[in-house]
Amino acid sequence: MTTAEAPPANPVGFGRMTRKEDARFVRGKGTYVDDVVLPGMLHGAVLRSNLAHARIVSMDTSAAEAHPKVKAVITGKTLEGLKLAWMPSLSHDVVPVLATDKVRYQGQEVAFVVAEDRYSARDALELIEVDYEPLPPVMDAREALSPGSAVIRDDIEGKADNHIFDWEAGDRSATDQVFERAEVVVTQDMLYPRVHPAPMETCGAVAHMDKVSGKLTIWCTTQAPHAHRTLYALVAGLPEHKIRVISPDIGGGFGNKVGIYPGYVLAVVGSILTGAPVKWTEDRSENLMSTSFARDYHMHGEIASTRDGRITGLRVKVLADHGAFNNTAQPSKFPAGFFHVFTGSYDLEAAHCEVTGVYTNKAPGGVAYACSFRVTEAVYLVERMVDCLADELGMDPAELRLKNLLRPEQFPYMSKTGWEYDSGDYPRALRLAMDIAGYEQLRAEQERRRRAPAPQGAPAPLMGIGVSFFTETVGAGPRKHMDILGLGMADGAEVRVHPTGKAVVRLSVQTQGQGHETTFAQIVAEQLGIPPEDIEVVHGDTDNTPFGLGTYGSRSTPVSGAAVAVAARRVRDKARLIASAMLEVDPDDLEWEKGRWFVRGNPTSARTIQEIALAAHGPLELPEGVEGHLDAQCVYDPPNLTYPYGAYICVVDVDPGTGVVKVRRFVAVDDCGPRINPMIVEGQVHGGLADGLGMALMQVIAFDTDGNCLGGSFMDYLLPTSMECPSWELGETVTPSPHHPLGCKGVGESATVGSPAAVVNAVMDAIGVRHADMPLTPAQVWRAMQGRPLRTDLALA
Amino acid sequence: MQVTMTVNGEQVTRDVEPRLLLVHFLRDDLGLTGTHWGCDTSNCGVCAVWMDGEPVKSCTVLAAMASGHEIRTVEGLEREGQLDPVQEGFIQEHGLQCGFCTPGMMMTARYLLDRNPHPTDEEIREAISGQICRCTGYENIVRAVRWAARHAAAGQAREEVSAP
Repeated sequence: MTTAEAPPANPVGFGRMTRKEDARFVRGKGTYVDDVVLPGMLHGAVLRSNLAHARIVSMDTSAAEAHPKVKAVITGKTLEGLKLAWMPSLSHDVVPVLATDKVRYQGQEVAFVVAEDRYSARDALELIEVDYEPLPPVMDAREALSPGSAVIRDDIEGKADNHIFDWEAGDRSATDQVFERAEVVVTQDMLYPRVHPAPMETCGAVAHMDKVSGKLTIWCTTQAPHAHRTLYALVAGLPEHKIRVISPDIGGGFGNKVGIYPGYVLAVVGSILTGAPVKWTEDRSENLMSTSFARDYHMHGEIASTRDGRITGLRVKVLADHGAFNNTAQPSKFPAGFFHVFTGSYDLEAAHCEVTGVYTNKAPGGVAYACSFRVTEAVYLVERMVDCLADELGMDPAELRLKNLLRPEQFPYMSKTGWEYDSGDYPRALRLAMDIAGYEQLRAEQERRRRAPAPQGAPAPLMGIGVSFFTETVGAGPRKHMDILGLGMADGAEVRVHPTGKAVVRLSVQTQGQGHETTFAQIVAEQLGIPPEDIEVVHGDTDNTPFGLGTYGSRSTPVSGAAVAVAARRVRDKARLIASAMLEVDPDDLEWEKGRWFVRGNPTSARTIQEIALAAHGPLELPEGVEGHLDAQCVYDPPNLTYPYGAYICVVDVDPGTGVVKVRRFVAVDDCGPRINPMIVEGQVHGGLADGLGMALMQVIAFDTDGNCLGGSFMDYLLPTSMECPSWELGETVTPSPHHPLGCKGVGESATVGSPAAVVNAVMDAIGVRHADMPLTPAQVWRAMQGRPLRTDLALA
Repeated sequence: MQVTMTVNGEQVTRDVEPRLLLVHFLRDDLGLTGTHWGCDTSNCGVCAVWMDGEPVKSCTVLAAMASGHEIRTVEGLEREGQLDPVQEGFIQEHGLQCGFCTPGMMMTARYLLDRNPHPTDEEIREAISGQICRCTGYENIVRAVRWAARHAAAGQAREEVSAP
């Protein structure tokens, strides 16, 4: 390249800088799991059930075993012998690695073939004969608890229905009282349909059991390598120090890569049985049909208010479709995740929610897809209910929100369902979004268009404006309240400055595109004054990083970012003691300026962090109690969650003849506290907005009543492209979190959480309909305009 | 069967199964893992490469069909240690996050700029509309291509490409 402008110097700390990791990605030199090749490596493929509910009568694998390139065929029977046929789920249930008795959803794992190459492994799947006795599938969550319904989980002793749990939060009687005396009550049923995160890289693993050393190495598409290692140790009885989980470059996660899938375990078993490394990479249909879905909440909402629009109460009943196994990932205490943050951003008198979880013959999973543990469902519910109320009262939805938003002086705010919101200035964010959008002008334009005489020929598009305001609940979490399978949600970090002043920081969390190698270097740079290019970030390898629960729920910056900041400050404190010995002054006489300690009143008498690092490794006589070298570690146990928030405004044009929705504009104002690297934050928001638009308009994993998955390929499961997405318009406010060392709140999922309601609100505003369920496909919009919106979860025969 | 093709300017010959997909040939036989695989159905475009100067989705081309043809992959974008402006644009404008769709996006972007050195945003969006990115919401990919358009004479790049 000959015409490049000189790139701006990197900030020594926070600020926009290009990403350190990009050098390999733009050259095609990333290392994703499927790029890993080991000598003598074999390839695995999974045989899956084509039925949603059936008893396995018999299975004949002899022809597959006779295939000249097949090395092993593993069935449920094989695994029963190894006591590995079932494994614990993340929610105190069990899930089969390979089906032994019944298959319980279409796409469930039935057998595993290990062969010399990818294609032969797939060929051999065709040679396995399975004799199924079909059973009636339970596909409608609303019918799952009906007395006549087939019992899916007859593996659980004494189980006679499809009920999983009942759970509630809030004050029932106080809420009932608020509703009894309410001047206005609006009720609305709504579905947040089943969707799938669909990262561009599907799930996969390469497992290598070294028989001599007894060490198992697993390259795996995981967002939580340490948690996986511990679970492998607990499930398979392997010693934890002999397991190394490596999560190399990951092609997107979005929650899809939190859990342990049967394919990972099968690759391990395959390697143990054959003595060779085994690679398993699922195809796209396997990914969409069998790995973690998200949402699938059937919600019945009620909102109470005064006649002049002061919201007083919120009441919700949820039917949660968890699929065939309860395998959602969330802190143990909360079977519905953080759904009970559903009071959103408003100051209510009382609120109550009840959630009932049920089994159906669908893939298990549950918390996946940038949802912050079900905050997505909660925000969608409250933001739709507020719009339904605005419709009922004939009020402008932005005005109604401004009237009810929490005020800055109410923080820290204890919500009616027990959440302590850390900080915020909500009205400011909404007003900024309205300013950027030109809200008044947009409403005036809408009014003009509505009054304009109908044009000849094609009808004029219907303009709609949608507003949403969200409060997120991220950074899980305080270990006394939050664990996953008994593992507390605290994260470790280690910062080490080498003799020449270059540093290495080791993280428990792992990037799937969030840019940790850059952001975390900037966190250390900000604390120590070492340029980010002199800081190496090590992550995603359990042999080389401290323990922690991984990257999901927007927790990397709130938890691990705090751990790194504290560790770096400990390094700085130690550097002060060493500098005092170097300068022969009392440590209390030293002052810090980014990158150096200097003597108060004498700024030229100073030692840089690089000089101190060298001295820490040299012959200098150190102060009493100070060990040599310059390093520190921290295990950060968050005192509270963080609460990023934002105000979104969407403008759509709907073709009344076809129901096609065009998103004309989307304005997003986010407050995630201080931004370590604004470029990366904006990128995170862009991606989340596209996610939200996709869920609102296109994406759904639906089923037919026979149990067939209707979203099993990208031809059926539609994701937004560059043509559906507008040019996103962003704004920001900054309200630091008072309890986070950097004030940062996390941002990864904000836009996914906040945007669907804005899009749906805009479409409803355009077509003048109170509610229709997502996805708002042309067919759904058109039907809604006729007063006949469809159920979107089920294709009724 | 035997296939012979030129990949990033280098002639390669291999014995392959007739059913082998080009994407697997590039990745597994040649070790060029910059080209990714994402969907099987030609919807996602993470496998996009050039065949005789035209973008193709290599998950729906057989290695046998590519025999006798000229293939260019992401590994062939950088020339003599110089990044293509498209690669530099993706870095400067944060046009990638997880990096999985990036090689395919860049191959399409280079193709676009060779034919249309100063595309409008709409033309850029149209050009990448057969490819899916789950991370960026496309905004910064559009900006990255715009950056590349601003920073290079695309005609020059085209000449380099077509030179034998």
